[in-house]
Amino acid sequence: MNSVADAAGAAFGLIVVADPKLVGIVLLSLRVSVTAVLIGCVVGLPLGAAIAVNEFRGRRALIVILNSLMGLPSVVVGLVVYLLLSRAGPLGALGILFTPTAMVIAQSILITPTLAALSRQVVGDAWQEYREQLRSLGETRLGAAPTLLWDLRFSLVTIVLAGFGRAASEVGAVMIVGGNIDGVTRVMTTTIALETSKGDLPLALGLGFILLFIVLALNACAYVIKETAQRRYG
Amino acid sequence: MVITRRTLLALLAALAAFGAQAQDRFITVASTTSTEQSGLFGYILPIFEKKTGIQVRVVALGTGQALDLARRGDADVAFVHARAAEEKFLAEGQGVRRFPVMFNDFVLIGPKGDPAKVAGGRDIVEALKKIQASQAPFVSRGDKSGTHMAELDLWKTAGIEIDKAKGAWYRDTGQGMGPALNTAASMNAYLLADRATWLAFKNRGDLAILVEGDKRLYNQYGVMLVNPDKHPTVKKDLGQAFIDWLVSPEGQKTIGDYRIGGEQLFFPNAGQAGV
Repeated sequence: MNSVADAAGAAFGLIVVADPKLVGIVLLSLRVSVTAVLIGCVVGLPLGAAIAVNEFRGRRALIVILNSLMGLPSVVVGLVVYLLLSRAGPLGALGILFTPTAMVIAQSILITPTLAALSRQVVGDAWQEYREQLRSLGETRLGAAPTLLWDLRFSLVTIVLAGFGRAASEVGAVMIVGGNIDGVTRVMTTTIALETSKGDLPLALGLGFILLFIVLALNACAYVIKETAQRRYG
Repeated sequence: MVITRRTLLALLAALAAFGAQAQDRFITVASTTSTEQSGLFGYILPIFEKKTGIQVRVVALGTGQALDLARRGDADVAFVHARAAEEKFLAEGQGVRRFPVMFNDFVLIGPKGDPAKVAGGRDIVEALKKIQASQAPFVSRGDKSGTHMAELDLWKTAGIEIDKAKGAWYRDTGQGMGPALNTAASMNAYLLADRATWLAFKNRGDLAILVEGDKRLYNQYGVMLVNPDKHPTVKKDLGQAFIDWLVSPEGQKTIGDYRIGGEQLFFPNAGQAGV
């Protein structure tokens, strides 16, 4: 397994010298995916909670659709967003194709269904359990959704991390709408794809290690924050 | 519902502003994987940017895809290598004018074991006939790139109807040059590659250049400004400035200066007739 050793060596070398180009790529990856997660949360979590506590016609169909959209291929999202943002497309006048903004839009669309579907499940379970209690406190259905989201905030952290993981790991969408432009829209995953294309497999795998490490570090931070906060306020 | 819609609109507006902040003195160039992956752009673009202050953003795709991107108005300049496809692009009124920039050549790559016995020959057509006759594994790009179009032309010249002759030996990968080379390296197959990508490629495995030097393996690159009459957002002046620099003595010298391991990858030939 010489290549794994080479890859570890390549990764280590890049980290030790804090390669400025790599730092830029990592920061852009984080900026894009974190922004996408924030947008996904603003839209997805309230949507999931609203579906969980309300009863309306077509609710089951909506849940099935949301659950299916969790498996949405990123390359399809990329293609749809590309066609929308292309100069020849309906939003072409914005001129944001091949920018980080386009990548944020694509990743937001990709992960919002995941955040909505998972929060719908978590909030729905809690709603079944505390429904009577909440009602006896005079809580309406509309008021119950934010209350439950707040009470479940520690459980929702895992859902948000799942969304972040999906955003940070995908390559299909950002490759199409970002164009993998050096210094402008090149992120971790597209760099790995490019180095693989160049046949530099140790460097590609080394970058993969770094990506894995960053995701790991973020998860560890989230875990610690969650535990501490839960002990203090839970 | 009103609040949600308003929030969404505000969000979109904020996103658009976020995008518009980026500097305006840049052009988008639709180009091919060979110019990007061989490292040519990494070498010449900083020199151009330093001189003019114009940032060049390269989206690297196969020639067919790059021209399609330009047809949608998503690029200012197309820098590709398939003359027939470029002339069709011009005939459609999509491009202003084509300037020849440089050439390199294609090479036939294959396993050192050479089951089809083609090594050392200079006749690419004979070599392809032998590969087909021996049913030795052959990897095709299959992605409408310039290299793929060149490969299809060569099969035609060899009198082989590749659509009919296709079998288990002929693998259509639908991938870029690098991934196709990776595939060929892992299955010890033959393939047609541009020399520049091959020279920059690191995962060669047991592959080597087996046939080279045939005139029919000549590979010309051309550059065109996307027609601003058809696509009003095209940055005409900045795009033309890039083209002018590429074909200028300075740009031509810079292209010729790019080397890997002492070997020159692209040969400037702007202004040459009939290419």
